[in-house]
Amino acid sequence: MKHLLSIDDLGTDDIAQLFETAADMHDVQSREVKKLPALRGRTVVNMFFEDSTRTRSSFEIAGKWLSADVINVSAKGSSTSKGESLRDTVLTVCAMGVDGLVIRHPASGAAVQVSEWVDASVVNAGDGMHEHPTQALLDAYTLQRHLGSLEGRHVAIIGDLTHSRVFRSNVQCLTKLGARVTVVAPPTLMPSGVASWSAAAGFETSYDVDAVLPEADAVMMLRVQRERMSGAYFPSPREYTVGYGLTRNRLALLKPDVPICHPGPMNRGLEIAADAADAAQSVVLEQVSSGLAIRMAVLYHLLAGEEA
Amino acid sequence: MPATTSDNTPDTSPERLDRTVLDARDISRALTRISHELLERNKGATDLVLLGLHTRGVPLARRIADKIAAVEGAPVAVGELDVTMYRDDLRSQPTRRAHKTALPPGGIDRKVVVLVDDVLFSGRTIRAALDALADLGRPSAVRLAVLVDRGHRELPIRADHVGKNLPSALAERVSVRLAEVDGTDEVTIS
Repeated sequence: MKHLLSIDDLGTDDIAQLFETAADMHDVQSREVKKLPALRGRTVVNMFFEDSTRTRSSFEIAGKWLSADVINVSAKGSSTSKGESLRDTVLTVCAMGVDGLVIRHPASGAAVQVSEWVDASVVNAGDGMHEHPTQALLDAYTLQRHLGSLEGRHVAIIGDLTHSRVFRSNVQCLTKLGARVTVVAPPTLMPSGVASWSAAAGFETSYDVDAVLPEADAVMMLRVQRERMSGAYFPSPREYTVGYGLTRNRLALLKPDVPICHPGPMNRGLEIAADAADAAQSVVLEQVSSGLAIRMAVLYHLLAGEEA
Repeated sequence: MPATTSDNTPDTSPERLDRTVLDARDISRALTRISHELLERNKGATDLVLLGLHTRGVPLARRIADKIAAVEGAPVAVGELDVTMYRDDLRSQPTRRAHKTALPPGGIDRKVVVLVDDVLFSGRTIRAALDALADLGRPSAVRLAVLVDRGHRELPIRADHVGKNLPSALAERVSVRLAEVDGTDEVTIS
């Protein structure tokens, strides 16, 4: 594989292989010398046209632990702010001899577009409201460590679905791995056209959190993405919490030890209460360390072998 | 994702004329001798760590550890080492699958590490293993035990303990099959 643009590009074998590699990479985090020479002499550029803490730093650390040279370019402080087009910025950076390009961009489809312009391997680190494949991989990998095989397990994805690329990648990834997925959102945050998609992809939709939680084997809370909201999707934050937040009362509805995921950053008190975020069954921080292992595995598979 | 390749997959095409050089009993005897040599050289099993190299060095290391334990009456530290990330030919091949590296609980610092592999050939795998060890700790000494030494070294590396020296032509293929991986114990040349 040359690029990682969408979960759709991956077969179940590819996912299994990435998870195996990630498990090996995971061990590196506990070593004294956190360094593998596999990508020595390779250069990876993180191009982030949107804010990010965990994704960017984990791609940066992943590259560095594999001995690649990693540089970061962000929209603020780059020529983009002087009006340079995405294409010119990308071609300029690639003209410096870059092997891997990790890109996050507010426009859906940006990564696919960029992959058509450059020779480097492109990793989609989030494109608008479209996809965030490494997040889906790390979520599934984390859940697999807790639940074993995801075949037949029930995962509830709850929150702002309309604006969520995490949801779009996760539904594909989890259903590929055989999980039963139910997505829950208020009607205003349920993407239009979800009915035909869910029928085709084989997942369920619901507006009722309290009915879904008791039968879930894992819960994934999504962030309310205020920065992408132009209108009023719900009357007040308080009302959202009452209807769809993972509150202390709802925590009690879950079966014991059901893992709680959140891709971060969390709006504590909005979609997830502190009681849930800090609960023993919360795997939020484990998702971060899994993310590093998954991103190492992805960079390794894209960049270590012979040129495709 | 690209297809991955695995090391040392025995060629099972029927037209090849395989000559068996070691059978199951020969392999067992060779490992017994190596176990005794290791104990003699190390003056006992204290501070000894056996690290098997993937794929077939891993079961070999376990077998040697069992034999040493039977002689000494105490278990020996044994682990597995994957050198995929340290190979010098990563870039000229399709992406290789990595395997697990598992060190025994005591680690390798200040221990005598014995690398165990099935065939010693160019020496490049061992070169990679030495680099990998350096990232994992600082053994007091590193030794090398192999079931078969077939010659044709490309690096200044030699084995300390050898099951069988097997002079071979470069074009010949030496295959080690072990019960744990392949269902049978034998070494063939073809």
